[in-house]
Amino acid sequence: MAEHIVSSYDNDLQALRRRISEMGGIAEKMLVDAIQALVRHDTALAQTVIASDKRLDVLQREVEENAILTIARRQPLAVDLRETISAIRVSGDVERIGDLAKNIAKRALAIGSDFQPQKIVVGLQHMSDLVLGQLKDVLDAYAQKDTARALDVWKRDGAIDALYTSLFRELLTYMMEDPRNISFCTHLLFCAKNIERIGDHTTNIAETVHYLVTGETLAIDRPKNDRSIDTSAEAGA
Amino acid sequence: MDTAVYDHPATTAHAPWGRVRRSRHVADRALKIICTLFTGLGAFVLGWILLMLLVEGIGGLSPAVFTETTPGPGTEGGGIANAIVGSLILTILGVMIATPIGVLAGTYLAEYGKNSKLATVIRFVNDILLAAPSILIGLFVYILMVQPMGGYSGWAGGVALAIIAVPVIVRSTEDMLRLVPGSLREAGAALGAPMSTVIVKISWKAARAGMVTGVILATARIAGETAPLLFTALNNNFWFSPSLMGGVSNLPVTIYQFALAPYENWRQLAWAGALIITLSILALSIVARLLLKKDKVR
Amino acid sequence: MSSTIAVNTSSAIGNAAAADTNAPARIAVKKLNFYYGDFRSLKDISLDFYDRQVTALIGPSGCGKSTLLRTFNRIYSLYPEQRAEGQILLDGQNVLLPSIDVNELRARVGMVFQKPTPFPMSIYDNIAFGIRLYEKLSRSELDGRVEEALRKAALWDEVKDKLRQSGMGLSGGQQQRLCIARTIAQRPEVILLDEPTSALDPISTGKIEELIEQLRSEFTIVIVTHNMQQAARISQFTAFMYLGELIEFGPTTKMFMNPSKKQTQDYITGRFG
Repeated sequence: MAEHIVSSYDNDLQALRRRISEMGGIAEKMLVDAIQALVRHDTALAQTVIASDKRLDVLQREVEENAILTIARRQPLAVDLRETISAIRVSGDVERIGDLAKNIAKRALAIGSDFQPQKIVVGLQHMSDLVLGQLKDVLDAYAQKDTARALDVWKRDGAIDALYTSLFRELLTYMMEDPRNISFCTHLLFCAKNIERIGDHTTNIAETVHYLVTGETLAIDRPKNDRSIDTSAEAGA
Repeated sequence: MDTAVYDHPATTAHAPWGRVRRSRHVADRALKIICTLFTGLGAFVLGWILLMLLVEGIGGLSPAVFTETTPGPGTEGGGIANAIVGSLILTILGVMIATPIGVLAGTYLAEYGKNSKLATVIRFVNDILLAAPSILIGLFVYILMVQPMGGYSGWAGGVALAIIAVPVIVRSTEDMLRLVPGSLREAGAALGAPMSTVIVKISWKAARAGMVTGVILATARIAGETAPLLFTALNNNFWFSPSLMGGVSNLPVTIYQFALAPYENWRQLAWAGALIITLSILALSIVARLLLKKDKVR
Repeated sequence: MSSTIAVNTSSAIGNAAAADTNAPARIAVKKLNFYYGDFRSLKDISLDFYDRQVTALIGPSGCGKSTLLRTFNRIYSLYPEQRAEGQILLDGQNVLLPSIDVNELRARVGMVFQKPTPFPMSIYDNIAFGIRLYEKLSRSELDGRVEEALRKAALWDEVKDKLRQSGMGLSGGQQQRLCIARTIAQRPEVILLDEPTSALDPISTGKIEELIEQLRSEFTIVIVTHNMQQAARISQFTAFMYLGELIEFGPTTKMFMNPSKKQTQDYITGRFG
């Protein structure tokens, strides 16, 4: 795309993009570290994750303020307007991803070194690997305005929902086996839910990328495989 | 979006003081002094003329000036009533002939002719006429009217004055109409008004004050003309015939004759007449200025 | 999930109503070419202007948008070196035909200019000027028409006590509304606006925009504007012109959110090199 006649306009939009890519990097690292902390009972790492959320919040506020200033100062139109609006949306999603990762880290601290069934942990890790892949892809898609790649992420998220449903059943089983498991199982359930939510946010970003590039809203419904709602304790047992 | 940080060098390089040479200041001041001096000279001469006119003229003013006719040679007293009335009639006659011709021709140039060949030629001829020596115009009317009609007449005088006034009115009318913004004409046309309506109801109305001013200035111009009257209306030391045939007394020629006469009372009357003409022209000019000013305020 | 992900591009921007794509064409321009002497300043323009919709013409200076506007009432014919070829159908009638009386055409297609052009006469006479040209009305009928026009132009309350005063004494914004009132007093079918707010302050501009929004229910409006946001706010359709050609035409929301042509995008986002 050609440059604006007013070069500081380009700088404004460039600065928005730069902040978002920094936010993306932080969010990715937070997710990786939070899962590490959970798996390895690493309290120090969990603390680091919790601490880095502050930076994410600051960046998100900056993106929002600057995007609003850009709208006020330059009245962006067409692709520029979509870019500015998208920046607000994406930064919101990434900030939520950070919150969710932080929540996982907090739960890692709460669980401590309680017994963790290996099967569940592997499941969680697998799920988070998938979500991390989605997050990376969708951030790249955003940076490169690659709507095909974004759509791919958007379609892939169904797999995560399916994984979540199976983890949900698994955890129910553990809880029914022994009420002493309930405490950590609930925490793990929330962790799984958080990861699943992060996946949802990546699809949000994917939709934003699609809008940013084409100017059109994705009209069709995203494929969903979250069957946990249909899963009762009896069925799980 | 970074909060814009503009990089200013800590110290900006300043040009050193004292780069303007002294000679430039001197030349600068010299021109100003010379201009002021010559302006003063002009104003001084003008003031001198006016002062002399006032001093000598006021001495010559008396009720008789306005009531009695011009005295014969060697006669005491007398006035210039016939010359004042004659001048008024001749001037009004001239303006009445010149105004419709001048206004319509000016309108043609500004509204219809614009930059066409014909308009360019007319404009050029008009400018020449504007600068033509007035004695020539007197001679022209002498051949055109005085000879065929078999004698001097006020009519011939009026026509001669009109010929002098026409180019002035043409020029001022055209200039004033050209000052009317084209957008106003377009706006009139955009409402579906034919061109004649646009000219009469919009252009003329917008330029009215300027056009009237032009007519007034033309009046002032011809009120003091002597040369064209010498061959046309001549002069008359008595009340002239109401048919305006034969010589018609008028101020400029009376002043010309009386000022050169050996009689003291004639010379006094010449001064008085000169003062009256000057004051009339001054009054006309002031009216013209006020009109233009009022137009600008509006 | 996130169903509100994007501004729905089919809904309106600002308070302007959505484009009515079913409205009949009031003006149909077909293969229009325009010449200033030998210079061809409009190239094969074909474009429809829809009934009771506001169409904005945008584009950089010299792109021909004002020229296009000035063909609709043949105001260009005041200048002998200008001519138009092609067809401009006003309700099916080609107005470029020599047999069409231009003055009558101009009473049907009103025009408001960039700079306010009040005539040097009273406010009342300014409005009555156009009416008197084509209608013989009684005093009271004329009074009624003048009031109606001033009311529609949202100027009545400001001038009702000084109808006999000169129109030149009004403020710039009031003068422009006076010109709009003068135009609508003739009850035209189409109103052409040539950058009507470019000489006005934001408050006066706002009033004019509000007025245009009101007038849309009665008139077909074509507006030339350099102010992109203004076009986005008040028009239902937008045409982008460049170098005498029509580059893109479409519903305004589409043009400003997601134009199809790169040139349009570059122009409205300020990327024109």
